[in-house]
Amino acid sequence: MQVLSWLIGAILIQNVILSRFFGTCPFLGVSKSKDSAVGMGLAVTFVMTMAATVSWLLYKYVLVAFDLVYMKTIVFILVIASLVQIIEMFIKKFSPSLYRALGIYLPLITTNCAVLGLSTIVTDGTYTFLKAIIYSFGSGIGFLFIIYIFSILRQKMETSPIPEGFKGIPIALITACLMAMIIARFAGVA
Amino acid sequence: MANKTSLKTEFTKGLFKENPILVTMLGLCPTLAITVSLENALGMGIAFAFVLLMSNIVVSLIRKIVPSEIRIPVYIVIIATFVSIVEMLMAAYLPSLSDSLGVFIPLIVVNCIVLGRAEAFASKNGVLPSIMDALGMAVGYTMILALIASIREILGSGTLTIWGSLVLDINKLFGSNETLPIFSSFFISPAGAYLVLGIIFGVVATIRISKERKQKMLEKKAEEEKKAKLLQEKNNQQLNLNKGAGE
Repeated sequence: MQVLSWLIGAILIQNVILSRFFGTCPFLGVSKSKDSAVGMGLAVTFVMTMAATVSWLLYKYVLVAFDLVYMKTIVFILVIASLVQIIEMFIKKFSPSLYRALGIYLPLITTNCAVLGLSTIVTDGTYTFLKAIIYSFGSGIGFLFIIYIFSILRQKMETSPIPEGFKGIPIALITACLMAMIIARFAGVA
Repeated sequence: MANKTSLKTEFTKGLFKENPILVTMLGLCPTLAITVSLENALGMGIAFAFVLLMSNIVVSLIRKIVPSEIRIPVYIVIIATFVSIVEMLMAAYLPSLSDSLGVFIPLIVVNCIVLGRAEAFASKNGVLPSIMDALGMAVGYTMILALIASIREILGSGTLTIWGSLVLDINKLFGSNETLPIFSSFFISPAGAYLVLGIIFGVVATIRISKERKQKMLEKKAEEEKKAKLLQEKNNQQLNLNKGAGE
């Protein structure tokens, strides 16, 4: 039950894109087609869960143990960059079909602030190991969920009569505003 | 090598022509998240300026030593170092600002603007132009952050506060001690951030499009005038020739 409430909290209530503002660049940049949105979303979910797990372990057993907490940001960004590289090599070798689907999105994830943001959040001291894993996984699913819906909306927008100046990013942001209002209503659920 | 005028253009291009938010639309996460108050926006601007300036200087100094295959990881580590410095300084001297900016200070590391300037400018230019470039970009960035934050803060609560002291209170102007009903906390919520930024981008794009159209009209007009002139000259020549033939 506890796990379920963490999951819902991460997916809907504290949605990474619409209430935490993480990963706005891929949200606006990679949401033009359904396929690329799903690919990006899956890649983010995968890397985010792995990165948050590794960061949590490193933080607790290396940084805190050796009194190196001030190195947090540098260590995390290196962890994410190398993790992305390792995952890329790994799936290239063992699952070429998955690599074809996710390959081009993986390098972009290093500079996705959602991943570093989640690693920073789960190491703030209030997260247990299990909660860190569930929460980062849920956040990834939340990212996938929103970017998928958004890509469908943007395909509809292509054919809509929009004032010329508002085409593209501006109307996408205004649509995101409406979605954020809906997501904000979930705050009363948990 | 670098003369005064080119240094000046390195600075001014960041303000409007290549403004990091309005034109390149990079680094939108902090732009949306921390613009709930003017104070936060200015704090973020200062932190950002420090990181961008220092990383531009260092990247430009070592640009000839770093092998190009590993330059991106090197830049990221340089940026992360300065971000950690800012994080610690802020936590020590401005704890309340550090609390309200929260995770977005460490997230300057993955801000595309900083890495983008290191890669696109500082790695190809000398120290002095890189400093001017960083300053211009930082001022342009802070300006837009402050603009968005002011709009959101005023529409959200009717007040504007800098460093703890009230600058503007619209509610008081109307003789009311409470927040007027026309101001709604909607603008401080995440949805308000998306709306305000979307409208700003839309207005900027509309202005740009109409300017381009005007430019094109002017060019067309100039071309037509040129053509008309040519035609007239030709006619004159013809006339002269005819005259010559007639005589």
